[in-house]
Amino acid sequence: MSKFPYSETVLEHFRHPHNVGKMEDPDGESVVGSPACGDMVAVYIKVNAETKVIENAMFESYGCASNIATGSIITDLAKGKTLDEAKKIDWKQASAALGGLPPIKAHCSVLAVDGLRMAIQNYEEKHGLVKEKVPTTVEEINKRLKYVFNPLTGLDLVRGKLVRDISLEDGHVKIVVDLPPDHIFANNIREEIDEKISHLWDIKSVEIQFIS
Amino acid sequence: MFDKWTYLDNAATTRLDERVLEAMKPYLFETYAVATSQFGYSMGIDAREALDTARGYLQGRLGAAEEEIVFTSGSTESSNMALKGVALALQKKKGKHIVVSKIEDFPVLNSAKALEMQGFSVSYLDVDKEGSIDLDKLRSVIREDTILVSVQHANQEIGTVQDIKAIAEICHERKALFHTDATHTFGRLPLDVTMVPADLITVAGHTMHGPRNVGALYIRKGTPLSKWMDGGYQEFNLRAGLEDIPGAVGFAKALELITPEETERLAEMRDRCIARCLNEVPHVTLNGSRTRRTPQNANITFHYVEGESITLHLDMRGFAVSTGSACFSRSLEASHVMLGIGGDHERAHGSIRFTFGRYNSMEEVDGVVDAIAEVVGDLRKISPLGKR
Repeated sequence: MSKFPYSETVLEHFRHPHNVGKMEDPDGESVVGSPACGDMVAVYIKVNAETKVIENAMFESYGCASNIATGSIITDLAKGKTLDEAKKIDWKQASAALGGLPPIKAHCSVLAVDGLRMAIQNYEEKHGLVKEKVPTTVEEINKRLKYVFNPLTGLDLVRGKLVRDISLEDGHVKIVVDLPPDHIFANNIREEIDEKISHLWDIKSVEIQFIS
Repeated sequence: MFDKWTYLDNAATTRLDERVLEAMKPYLFETYAVATSQFGYSMGIDAREALDTARGYLQGRLGAAEEEIVFTSGSTESSNMALKGVALALQKKKGKHIVVSKIEDFPVLNSAKALEMQGFSVSYLDVDKEGSIDLDKLRSVIREDTILVSVQHANQEIGTVQDIKAIAEICHERKALFHTDATHTFGRLPLDVTMVPADLITVAGHTMHGPRNVGALYIRKGTPLSKWMDGGYQEFNLRAGLEDIPGAVGFAKALELITPEETERLAEMRDRCIARCLNEVPHVTLNGSRTRRTPQNANITFHYVEGESITLHLDMRGFAVSTGSACFSRSLEASHVMLGIGGDHERAHGSIRFTFGRYNSMEEVDGVVDAIAEVVGDLRKISPLGKR
């Protein structure tokens, strides 16, 4: 029925998003993305201190339809789950619950998934549930590159085999991406990589090279 | 949910006028031959006459001379032909430097980039915050080996009209050829080559309720231009390929149907749209110039919200508009025009372009402004921006 590459469920969540708004006095919160990259999501959670069950989740979105719909579904999915259960919700589950999302919009929707995880992390940090600060490793960087998508294929950089090399020395990261420097999405990919890595506590600089 | 569609994307393309179709029909069903020489056959001679009449009409409107108008398949081809044709003709004789503005439409911009890949050097001229190029900067960037300057008559997204008379004069003073893409002004704003010394002008039928895939290139007599697409000897041996005679006839008819009164009406719609958005919706920015602007274009950024969400909500209410947001575009790149006028990504993402045409009414302008005020209000309620 819809002329758009969006399922009826996506359109329904877009038209009437659930759990929308800024939560007063949240136990955990996060803001991910930025106006520059085109999408931004804030996620708020209320957590039962005893059971660690998410009793309420809300979100705000500056983004396109898939971003709004994913924020709506992810907060639906998180409610009633323990923190550990909610952490495991991934983009695939969110996408399945929405009846599928166009691959080209993966990066817009994965942001809401990240937002929930970051809100949980925020809760854990605030409540002393996080162990010592863990030093960043090449493996950790590689893991984070799984959240950077090539919009042309809808595949993340790792699955798309686009990460040629990662080196980490004294807080300086160098990532070599197997794409030409004039690739149509080179700048978007560069921004997203930077966004995922540069804020880590022990990272001093991120250099991203495109080579093909 | 709504009674009818309101199409407000007339810069992309326009609805064909029935009178244009009527003018084209005889050349599809009766006089459908190719244009033959005067020694050909009668139907072909009649077809040639129709083509020449259409050409003559465009010629008259532009103040051009005989054999200065070449029909093409549209503005993309015309601009490719101008840039690549001059490049090919002058690379050995004069040089390999080309100047274009940063906010050109893709046919010019990407032709320049393609030439750059082939070893030409290209200067991309900055524009100010309203989208105008700086004439002194233009003067300083033209070199001994500059073969061509291409600056659009008006911008496709923000409607900013350039002072092409002054630009053309500077180019001539500095011995460079001047091309302008007049896709968004032809028929609506005065353009006469006896007043504006342009060497090459791109025009097209799809923006004026004419047929799509018909355009023309004005080529001032004596302009060095190599044929860049090989084939037959049509169009004074400058543009190979079967002539689209019904298209040419339709293009001329479409041009003829534009009246100053209609253009004035479009400007009134534009002004009402801009005034109401600026007065009634908080946190908005007009993109482009208030005064040096095409009559059919309004472009406004609604801050703190993203354009694809706006266009999708408007679509659900029956309105078709476009946005400079990355999410809307085929390339997923934010508009180079919005970034070129110094806007940040947020300004591009929230920008909405309304372009008016013959079949729009003032009621529709009010309708879209009412709808957008509501949609933007709703989206801002769920946006994390603008509250912190």
